[in-house]
Amino acid sequence: MWMLLGFMFILYLGHLYIWAMVVVIQIYMAKELFSLLRRAPEDRFLPGSRLLNWHFYFTAVLFVYGRILSQQLVNTVIYDKFLHRILSAFIKYQMVICYFFYIAGFMWFILSLKKRSYKYQFSQYAWTHMILIVVFAQSSFLVANIFQGIFWFLLPASLIAINDVAAYFFGFFFGKTPLIKLSPKKTWEGFIGASVATVIYAFVFANILGRFQWLTCPRKDLSTSWLQCDPGPLFKPEFHSFPGWIPEWVPSKGISVLPVQWHALCLGLFASIIAPFGGFFASGFKRAFKIKDFGDSIPGHGGVTDRNDCQMVMAVFAYIYHQSFVVPQSYSVEIIMDEIMRSLNLDQQQALHAKLGQILHLRQFGL
Amino acid sequence: MHSENNSSASIPATPTARLRHRRRSNEVNPDAGKANGHLLVNDRNKYKSFLVRAYSTVWMIGGFVLIVYMGHLYITAMVVVIQIFMARELFNLLRKAHEERDLPGFRLLNWHFFFTAMLFVYGRILSQRLVNTVTPDKFLFQLVSSLIKYHMAICYFLYISGFVWFILTLKKKMYKYQFGQYAWTHMILIVVFTQSSFTVASIFEGIFWFLLPASLIVINDIAAYIFGFFFGRTPLIKLSPKKTWEGFIGASVATIISAFVLANFLGRFQWLTCPRKDLSTGWLDCDPGPLFKPESFTLHEWVPLWFPWKEIVVLPVQWHALCLGLFASIIAPFGGFFASGFKRAFKVKDFGDSIPGHGGITDRMDCQMVMAVFAFIYHQSFIVPQSLSVEMIVEQILTNLTLEEQQALYVKLGQIIKERLFGQ
Repeated sequence: MWMLLGFMFILYLGHLYIWAMVVVIQIYMAKELFSLLRRAPEDRFLPGSRLLNWHFYFTAVLFVYGRILSQQLVNTVIYDKFLHRILSAFIKYQMVICYFFYIAGFMWFILSLKKRSYKYQFSQYAWTHMILIVVFAQSSFLVANIFQGIFWFLLPASLIAINDVAAYFFGFFFGKTPLIKLSPKKTWEGFIGASVATVIYAFVFANILGRFQWLTCPRKDLSTSWLQCDPGPLFKPEFHSFPGWIPEWVPSKGISVLPVQWHALCLGLFASIIAPFGGFFASGFKRAFKIKDFGDSIPGHGGVTDRNDCQMVMAVFAYIYHQSFVVPQSYSVEIIMDEIMRSLNLDQQQALHAKLGQILHLRQFGL
Repeated sequence: MHSENNSSASIPATPTARLRHRRRSNEVNPDAGKANGHLLVNDRNKYKSFLVRAYSTVWMIGGFVLIVYMGHLYITAMVVVIQIFMARELFNLLRKAHEERDLPGFRLLNWHFFFTAMLFVYGRILSQRLVNTVTPDKFLFQLVSSLIKYHMAICYFLYISGFVWFILTLKKKMYKYQFGQYAWTHMILIVVFTQSSFTVASIFEGIFWFLLPASLIVINDIAAYIFGFFFGRTPLIKLSPKKTWEGFIGASVATIISAFVLANFLGRFQWLTCPRKDLSTGWLDCDPGPLFKPESFTLHEWVPLWFPWKEIVVLPVQWHALCLGLFASIIAPFGGFFASGFKRAFKVKDFGDSIPGHGGITDRMDCQMVMAVFAFIYHQSFIVPQSLSVEMIVEQILTNLTLEEQQALYVKLGQIIKERLFGQ
């Protein structure tokens, strides 16, 4: 219960704190997973292998968050000339810096290969890469979503939670037919009931959440102050009147729907049908490697990874969905012009103009 | 006490050296005691093997030059073919036949992920060029534009369907094997596609940026072999007992010098230095940019009077080539060490047997892979003057606005800039 309360408190505090929470969860997850397939006796001869893992972890952090938050970082330090210059240089050479960190780790790994432990060390190396990919892909998308608007983090996350709780309840009361061999406790009744509940909930909850500017406005920098923005056409209520065949005694003549609720339906559909496969994957994995839980950070619930497996699949989908279907809708000439005026100086604007001219010229000749 | 081209490095490598390495690799854990007995310097047949080696080297270089001549698209095709072979070798590597029998469709799953990766990686890199190619045809243009717009979503759904497929095919006694294979598939695809995508991206920036790094690796190998042949004495690293410090240092010097010289030579050809903006195969004409314009340096008084040239002509790109050469000689060989260690760890003789006498494609490509990634990152960071914001916004404009809207924005922006310029 206090998990939920703590979560809501952090939401209230804002984007930066949510990001911090995600990072903390990520560190715990990585620690759990790193420890998981480590075998103590072999590790004794390999000093520094744990340090190597964290080196790669740090490199991944620099790379992923550097890319995602670069624009926000720049906007935050725009008033301090010195910091601004350092930061711009860092962003310009971010890829090289991260690459050199990675190569340093790579060379360190090769130089630390010991005669009898080749196979163990290579497996650990591959395992480290897989962990970092799994942990960072989803958390980076999560953070990117947060800065697009807490709505795009909160809605998917709560859909997963609702799906779990609803599946439990439906299974409790109606569960009879087993769903999949991997997770013997899940049932078809629970699955279908939860799906319906999740989709309905998505539709309704999107309406509620979409009314708060704190949740729907994107964060352009790393401040923690109150947000004020034009939320865009997605969050403007549209009135749909009921068709004629609805009987007279129904109190309202129509319902007002935020366009974003249709998107929420898609998110709900995914959360109920595909996201549970994240859970199946984790179950299968635990069975394959004969482990009971990923860790024991949370008493009674296993580790952080156990709680987050479906969330991870959902976070990736939410980001990709957002980028593919939500963002393009909210673009228009005015919005982009605004952004150009706001974030580019005169030289950059001219460069952009020249480049755009080139591309359009090329296109025009073709047509 | 000598150096030898490890089975991992360059494309032109001779059969005999491979044979010698094959023989050694049969003893899976070669101990230090045996290393000295197989040094190239002490080998009696080394002159005969040298000739055989030179012959196949010439052959491979010839084929390679032909493809470079034919152009960007063909080089890309060559890279893709090499990639498919590499993936096939690596997929087969840790597969265990008897467990495979109960898992129909597993190989298909691997190729499904391969296809998804291909769509994702090449879609991103070649999207702009693809659009420029189909611009004349209105229908194709719209089709391609919408594909590009939803590119990420399409690739994601392909991946998720593979993921779901994987979970649905998990069989009771084989969980561990299947998960191992799944992780292995991901690692392979990452290794193969990262470097080949960077290679293709470099190619379309200008064949020079593919040719120079690739040939530096080749030169490094050949030079290491020759220096080891004549001077090699001190072993370099336990992982590759045949490599020596003399070979390593000699090759480094040779590589850096040849980087400087080769860059000058290659930089004179427009075919190599011009970027390719679409997917055609026609001749290229462009302004190569300040990097390829010769600058002359007058050599000062400290050059002795008898020195024939008073000044040398240097293309600015040659300084970049020095950096590439440095990396190729010092860091890239670690790709070879990694592959050697890997083969030792999993008790594998070679990655495959596509090339008779040489092992598989992966054996040839391991140092190339490390170099390709570095070359691309170097190019993006130091050579292309990139502005993060401008690029991002241009991309936003191109993917989210229709052609009419783009033109409207262009006109508007031009007006505003003109006003601001006159206002100043």
